[in-house]
Amino acid sequence: MTTTDTDSTAAKSPTGEELLSVTGLVKHFPIRRGVLQRQTGAVQAVDGLDFTVTKGETFSLVGESGCGKTTTGRLLTRLLEPTAGKIVFEGRDITHMSEGKIRPLRKDVQMIFQDPYGSLNPRHTVGKIVGAPYKLQHVKTEGGTKKAVQELLELVGLSPEHYNRYPHEFSGGQRQRIGIARTLALRPKLIVADEPVSALDVSIQAQVVNLLEDLQNEFDLTYVMIAHDLSVVRHVSDRVAVMYLGKIVEIADRVDLYETPMHPYTLALLSAVPIPDTKRRARQERIRLQGDVPSPINPPPACRFHTRCWKAQDICKTVEPPLLQLAPGHQTACHFPENQPGGDAPKTGTAG
Amino acid sequence: MTEPQDLVTPQDTVQRIERGEAFLDVRDLKVHFPTDDGVVKSVDGISFRLERGKTLGIVGESGSGKSVTSLSIMGLHKAGTARISGEVFLDGQDLISASREEVRKLRGKRMAMIFQDPLSAMHPFYTVGHQIIEAYQVHNDVSKQVARKHAVAMLDRVGIPQPDKRVDAYPHQFSGGMRQRAMIAMALSCDPDLLIADEPTTALDVTVQAQILDLIRDLQREFNSAVIIITHDLGVVAELADDIQVMYAGRAIEYSTAEDIFDRPQHPYTWGLLGSMPRIDRERSDRLIPIKGTPPSLINVPPGCPFNPRCNYAHLNGGLSETERPELLDIGNGHQVACHLTPELRKQSWETDIKPKL
Repeated sequence: MTTTDTDSTAAKSPTGEELLSVTGLVKHFPIRRGVLQRQTGAVQAVDGLDFTVTKGETFSLVGESGCGKTTTGRLLTRLLEPTAGKIVFEGRDITHMSEGKIRPLRKDVQMIFQDPYGSLNPRHTVGKIVGAPYKLQHVKTEGGTKKAVQELLELVGLSPEHYNRYPHEFSGGQRQRIGIARTLALRPKLIVADEPVSALDVSIQAQVVNLLEDLQNEFDLTYVMIAHDLSVVRHVSDRVAVMYLGKIVEIADRVDLYETPMHPYTLALLSAVPIPDTKRRARQERIRLQGDVPSPINPPPACRFHTRCWKAQDICKTVEPPLLQLAPGHQTACHFPENQPGGDAPKTGTAG
Repeated sequence: MTEPQDLVTPQDTVQRIERGEAFLDVRDLKVHFPTDDGVVKSVDGISFRLERGKTLGIVGESGSGKSVTSLSIMGLHKAGTARISGEVFLDGQDLISASREEVRKLRGKRMAMIFQDPLSAMHPFYTVGHQIIEAYQVHNDVSKQVARKHAVAMLDRVGIPQPDKRVDAYPHQFSGGMRQRAMIAMALSCDPDLLIADEPTTALDVTVQAQILDLIRDLQREFNSAVIIITHDLGVVAELADDIQVMYAGRAIEYSTAEDIFDRPQHPYTWGLLGSMPRIDRERSDRLIPIKGTPPSLINVPPGCPFNPRCNYAHLNGGLSETERPELLDIGNGHQVACHLTPELRKQSWETDIKPKL
């Protein structure tokens, strides 16, 4: 079913055609206390993101739990209302589009959810679940909805006879395939996949990763992948953004990010990944980050990573490092980045 | 930290070694659950030995029986629901034939367990300190003050900041990583000789996972405990384990040292696991090599080799894979594998088909 040719190894160079662009995206969840429900604070889940996603690429958001990657995904699909900032999809500002206006747009932007158990209605048959997008969007298909659904099931590696079965009759991997079939029903342009494989067993994970790649090649899909597993992210992505406490600390090409990471946090994340190779056990040098991620209710000032960073200086506590392009296509928000191209003199920061 | 109190009379240990038994000796352990649909053979005859100071990694996918194995060693299956047979010797004492009361006395003191989800393993109503103190007082005749001091020391040892204040906090006030540390502190509070960690880092972020794995390794060195680490993540076992047992459908299909499993794996299922995971330390492969199909139902395990419907090599045995169950046999140097393929064929397939693609 795949039309893969050999070009899929090289990171697809962005064609320059911008599908999605995000500027200054902010989402604060208010904390209300007392009888009057006065706002006493806010969870700063996402705090000023800027990035663009070009057509046909896989753009991944990685980070630890609580860094705001899932919130970002939900903002992109407008399941959440942004507090501030701007989301432009295919040249149209969708940031605060009303529900009625955005509905046609939902054909183009779809989402794959993490939990294959929670995201399918247990009382609906597979046919009803996968056919729901047609019904909601009043889309007529050739040969009727049933035929379309059965084609979709075949496409994702399920049997058309599964049409009348219920979700509980399927394993986790198969359920995830049902979810993917539903996502594909309306031939979207952009798919936001929130941890699509993290709930699956290793052998099944590989099946689903391969399926997502095949579908991308077949339908020219663009993915925004949200994940925490850095090995999987490296395998699937063209570009990667690393998030920490609601901010992007580094964006780069897959190759650049994994070979020459610039932000200390990226470095620490990469060094923490357990390597399935016993020979490396002895000589592995690991950056040990101390403590936990601080609370997003009261994040550290300036550079949010300074409380756990081994390179932190006074400037990191007072001046927030901007996200700067330090190499072609490689942006980092750090006063003292690693692996700088040409010359390794520590940068003293633009405002310092 | 208190002095490690050795309650084992050396006499017992001497006798055990004379009998040729390992510190933990599991022989033909079977755990079956009768249900309305049929008997679920969660664990169907596994054997392994583990010495003090050593770490055994049990690897497998969900439903392979790895957690059930550990729960039955700990004696945590409800009487009546599970049919357990076989022998489990902990330092010479059979745990399967022992009464529930006897096993209860061993739990916490001689053996302890770290669970995957610390939020559900800790009681939400009591403070973290209360729960550690309670466990400590059950096994040690000490006053509450002494036990509390011990709890603070343990929390400090596992790296919880301000342990004297945090001891009075409730589980929900801890972050995921801190809860996992608190549970490790609780598990280690009585210096157990055997520590079973069931997916100890699966719910955690990578940076925290690295901290917890370091912690388990350090504590093992300090207490010279035997450790069983159960996980689906081959990266985690590569970090910690001396020996690895790969499980599939309730049975061990391969058992050897960690070096053998990663450098010279013999079973097609182990190859499949290695091919399924993207590697951050190697050149990025074009495509992952998944194992086809899904793990079998434990009520209807396929006849013959349970892996045969998913195996790419099953047709090379003249139908033997579909009819006869392969035994776990030693192929030299303690490397055991349950597969009908001839050693030459296995070696050739690994060298030419699998290894270059990883």
